[in-house]
Amino acid sequence: MDTLLLRVGGWLAIVFFAFIAMVLAADTGFAVHMAIIAMAAGITLWVTINKADYAAIGRGILKAPADPGIYDDDPIRWGVIATIFWGIAGMAVGLIIALQLAFPVLNLNNEYTTFGRLRPLHTSAVVFAFGGNALIATSYYVVQRTCRARLAFPGLARFVFWGYQLFIVLAATGYLMGITQSKEYAEPEWYVDLWLTIVWLCYAAVFIGTVVRRSEPHIYVANWFYLSFILTIAMLHVVNGLSMPVSLLGSKSYAAFAGVQDALTQWWYGHNAVGFFLTAGFLAMMYYFVPKQAERPVYSYRLSIIHFWSLIFLYIWAGPHHLHYTALPDWAQTLGMVFSIVLWMPSWGGMINGLMTLNGAWDKIRTDPIIRMMVLALAFYGMSTFEGPMMSIKAVNSLSHYTDWTVGHVHSGALGWNGMITFACLYYLVPRLWGKERLYSLRMVNWHFWLATLGIVLYAASMWVAGIMQGLMWREYGDDGYLVYAFSEVVSAMLPMYLIRAAGGLLYLAGAFVLVYNVWMTIAGKQREEKPMTETPHNEDLDKPIVGKPAIAPAE
Amino acid sequence: MIYEELRHFADSYGLLFLALIFLSFIGWTFRPGSRQKHEEAANMIFEEDQDDG
Repeated sequence: MDTLLLRVGGWLAIVFFAFIAMVLAADTGFAVHMAIIAMAAGITLWVTINKADYAAIGRGILKAPADPGIYDDDPIRWGVIATIFWGIAGMAVGLIIALQLAFPVLNLNNEYTTFGRLRPLHTSAVVFAFGGNALIATSYYVVQRTCRARLAFPGLARFVFWGYQLFIVLAATGYLMGITQSKEYAEPEWYVDLWLTIVWLCYAAVFIGTVVRRSEPHIYVANWFYLSFILTIAMLHVVNGLSMPVSLLGSKSYAAFAGVQDALTQWWYGHNAVGFFLTAGFLAMMYYFVPKQAERPVYSYRLSIIHFWSLIFLYIWAGPHHLHYTALPDWAQTLGMVFSIVLWMPSWGGMINGLMTLNGAWDKIRTDPIIRMMVLALAFYGMSTFEGPMMSIKAVNSLSHYTDWTVGHVHSGALGWNGMITFACLYYLVPRLWGKERLYSLRMVNWHFWLATLGIVLYAASMWVAGIMQGLMWREYGDDGYLVYAFSEVVSAMLPMYLIRAAGGLLYLAGAFVLVYNVWMTIAGKQREEKPMTETPHNEDLDKPIVGKPAIAPAE
Repeated sequence: MIYEELRHFADSYGLLFLALIFLSFIGWTFRPGSRQKHEEAANMIFEEDQDDG
């Protein structure tokens, strides 16, 4: 009873302080955020009071510890649902802003719905909400299975899930209200950054705690990738987020760095968010779920370790390629370019390792649409890690930088690699987590595959054309030494490409809706009556011995 | 001055140190008997008594 009282008192205090902060807030955005925090603490307070087992407390019975013989899968089930929810939300906003670029009237002449505010909402929703929830959920799943141990600190594991959702809500509402520290992929302001730091350290504690409790002597390579992702993101987030708030009751802060130092810190963060959030974390998913789905071990475990250390040692230096031809010293730009090109090697090593896991089972691409998704994801991992180093070469970058080519490159990685490997893992996880025999429909996985693939093709192809056209038009000089095209002419030339891109996004989103339906029906326990993906032909009429016709004539 | 010192440390001993530990990590995967250990590690996720299917 004492602990319960303490907890209820603690939540009540948070409600109280958040309310005070709301009343005294220096700006509206901060007040709204404090109201959200007060509401979140209030809901937690209400749940704490209602879920307490008073009869047991009254009789002085201590809560029985959870059965260590079963895996702790509750936060993973919530994580799967959150991944899908935020995925749909983030992709829908992506489609809206793609249409805004084609039809500016869709900005609605309203500050809350302008491209500038919706764009970070889209990027953060798909990267941190969709991708982040997928990473947290799959890491909880994989670390338990490969360590053969129940999740450490179950209370903390649940706090990480809900705390992360609160971070997402604060970040997303902040963008709409114009609260931003103007750092790409690190837009949330100081107090949201501090909250994420707390949640992230708890996440690290849960993950490392489970690894420490493992019954397997060897730490499987997927956990190495997850751990590097968790630790590096903690470091990047803290350093890039260093700032001084104007007021402790206001949302505005100023970065600890200025000028080119600030730019370099930002892109050291930004590129390693790509390297460790979207690459190392998702490679961890690849190294567990691809072998499991293919039912064969990874092609080369040694290569997976070399892949790991090469990524760790190289990625961290590649950030300056985002600042070619800026005030950043020339040697630093060249350093970033060289490391980006060297990165091509381990990236392709990892892609080959994943693809060759299917060696001897290539027929699964035809018969298993989940494997098909994984292979497509790996193919896009290979393509975008080839395109990236190429674009980091200064001569190429002088054409590609600031154009839609960059946007196309990012999306071939995000939609092709991150999206497809996440969808494949969700399809793997859902029947297992909800104790169902199989998915509602494998054929619908196939529909999802083709909708998404077609969407990515339209997206990437249109952005290549748009980007290269844009780059060439910007740099076109006439004989008189003046630029040939006005900026507005370049914009209007890109309208057809923007329409094709929006169509691609629509197809990709439609595929995600197929996933929602499939997962929904699977959890509801339904199974679709459908033809299997493959059938070995069998002719009943020929399946009998031949009568009356001796094959071998008797010797004369 | 401190910047210059750090810079020279980074491109001499720092670089050498990182290169050496990188090479030793890679070299470690080629030590005798590692093939067997890698084989076991790669197949660990398929052990019979796993209850997750």
